[in-house]
Amino acid sequence: MRTLKKEYVLHLMLLPGVIATLIYAYGPMAGLVMAFQQFEPLSGFFKSEFVGFDNFRYVFALPDFGQVLWNTIIIAIFKMILFLLVPLILALLLNEVTRKWFSGFIQSAIFLPFFLSWTVLGGVVIELFSLSGPVNGLLTEIGFQPIMFMLDNDWFRGIVIGSDVWKGMGYNMIVMLAAIVGINATLYEAAEVDGAGKWKQVMHITLPGISPILILLGVLSLGGILNAGFEQILIMYNPTVYEGADIIDTFVYRLGMFSQQFGPAAAIGLFKSVISLGLVSITYYAAYKLNNYRIF
Amino acid sequence: MHKPSISRKLFVVFNTLLLTAITLLGIIPFIHLLSISLSSNTAAMAGEVKLWPVGFSLDAYQYLGEKVEFFRSLWVSVQRVVLGTAVNMLLVFITAFPLAKSNHQFKFRTPYVWFFAITMFFGGGLIPTYIIVKDTGIIDSIWALVLPGALNVWNMVLMLNFFRSIPRELDEAAIIDGAGHWRVLWQIYLPVSLPSIATIGLFTIVGHWNSWFDGILYLNSPEKYPLQTYLSTLIMSINAQMSSMSIEQLKVMDNLSEKTLRNAQIFMGALPIMLVYPFLQKYFVKGMTVGSVKE
Repeated sequence: MRTLKKEYVLHLMLLPGVIATLIYAYGPMAGLVMAFQQFEPLSGFFKSEFVGFDNFRYVFALPDFGQVLWNTIIIAIFKMILFLLVPLILALLLNEVTRKWFSGFIQSAIFLPFFLSWTVLGGVVIELFSLSGPVNGLLTEIGFQPIMFMLDNDWFRGIVIGSDVWKGMGYNMIVMLAAIVGINATLYEAAEVDGAGKWKQVMHITLPGISPILILLGVLSLGGILNAGFEQILIMYNPTVYEGADIIDTFVYRLGMFSQQFGPAAAIGLFKSVISLGLVSITYYAAYKLNNYRIF
Repeated sequence: MHKPSISRKLFVVFNTLLLTAITLLGIIPFIHLLSISLSSNTAAMAGEVKLWPVGFSLDAYQYLGEKVEFFRSLWVSVQRVVLGTAVNMLLVFITAFPLAKSNHQFKFRTPYVWFFAITMFFGGGLIPTYIIVKDTGIIDSIWALVLPGALNVWNMVLMLNFFRSIPRELDEAAIIDGAGHWRVLWQIYLPVSLPSIATIGLFTIVGHWNSWFDGILYLNSPEKYPLQTYLSTLIMSINAQMSSMSIEQLKVMDNLSEKTLRNAQIFMGALPIMLVYPFLQKYFVKGMTVGSVKE
């Protein structure tokens, strides 16, 4: 009783957050029952008819579903690899820049797209690669035919991956750069005395020194293997490139919001959430084992 | 330090050139965007504009000054940023405070932490969330952009970690002097956590400013769209038209659309972020390294 009296204020402080979370985070989780229902918006969760796994069977049998799953995984994997590789190379190169203002300027420029929305960046990318855009201008100038980048399934996928790396690379680069700067400087001095060149120093000191953060970033990104970039693709794509760029999230969006197939759309969403949760759990466990990483 | 070798000098030259090229890659698209918006519409449509405006003209910005949709959505954005950030920050602050206490000080801490943490890893997904938002009756109002994300658990964890670095003696002394939890929160924690609040506040402001998809999803009337949602409709409508056209039609369409105006609007959508960018970058780098590199 005494603790309750002392602590009730703390419960009170948590109340608004708890209510918001109950409604808008746990509410939708409970709402996932619709994945097992023949959901009728008018009847709601309580009165809609239960159909067991019919929605799942229906969705997995859809001709597009295999392609959508494949697109999601392939785009996500490419993004993951490049999100480790490109920032790593940039961080290593940037670390060799001795003039501080130059280094700072480069960092700012690389980091800038990270802060802008996909509406702005999508608009920029579409403009750059449009038929009358500068990329095609350059191509025709050196004697090539103009390419309809945004309407070609292969090119479009490349642009999706490339532009996402362009937007996000500054983030990982700065994390890696911070790790590099944190390496004990005496190690380099010792290596230099022993006659190790820059290359050897990178291979034997820098890379091993930041490998924990590299592993951590890699492991954590695995949890997002079914997140290929919803907002980005939604703003950039068009029906011609559905074949190469339709991902689970965009598919769910169209199925649910335009075709009103709420049950099947929720079923795919649940499928995705369960797989993601599994991957996140595994990778968090791995990150904890490898690097003692915890959020709390 | 000995004299740099030839290969070292070569590397430095190569490195500088490469990094300069990458830097340009980060900036040039935005210069191009600005140049188009400052060019004459005919030059922009013919694809003549590269890095410098061709047929310099402020027409696009003059049109923009009369464009009702643009200013209406800008105003919605301002409201959203102010309201959303206020709600988010308040909730982050008062939620992180009890959870930063030790189990000894707050017996129910652990169950609460789990209650919030689970939502970081599992969610209902798009469709059930939409239905809940609809059922709570906030669809088509600004609250649909604010309430579903009222408590950002990630930011709350950042705040919580910061609170834990505040020396215990500080609030113990206050409590001995007879202060209650609210008093400790506002009069001791608030002043010392201003840097942290600024960091998370900037994250939140940028997040609200940049969000566009929830507007598409939850708002039915275009006159309620915030700026980024309005911009997204401009961009997605070109995409939709584009896909059903031949090359000839595409060229014609390029000619019909108000390309300079569109680019001017997109540029204006990015401008506020570019203006506060120097501050942003400093705070974000700090916040990121605190949040991600932890021993």
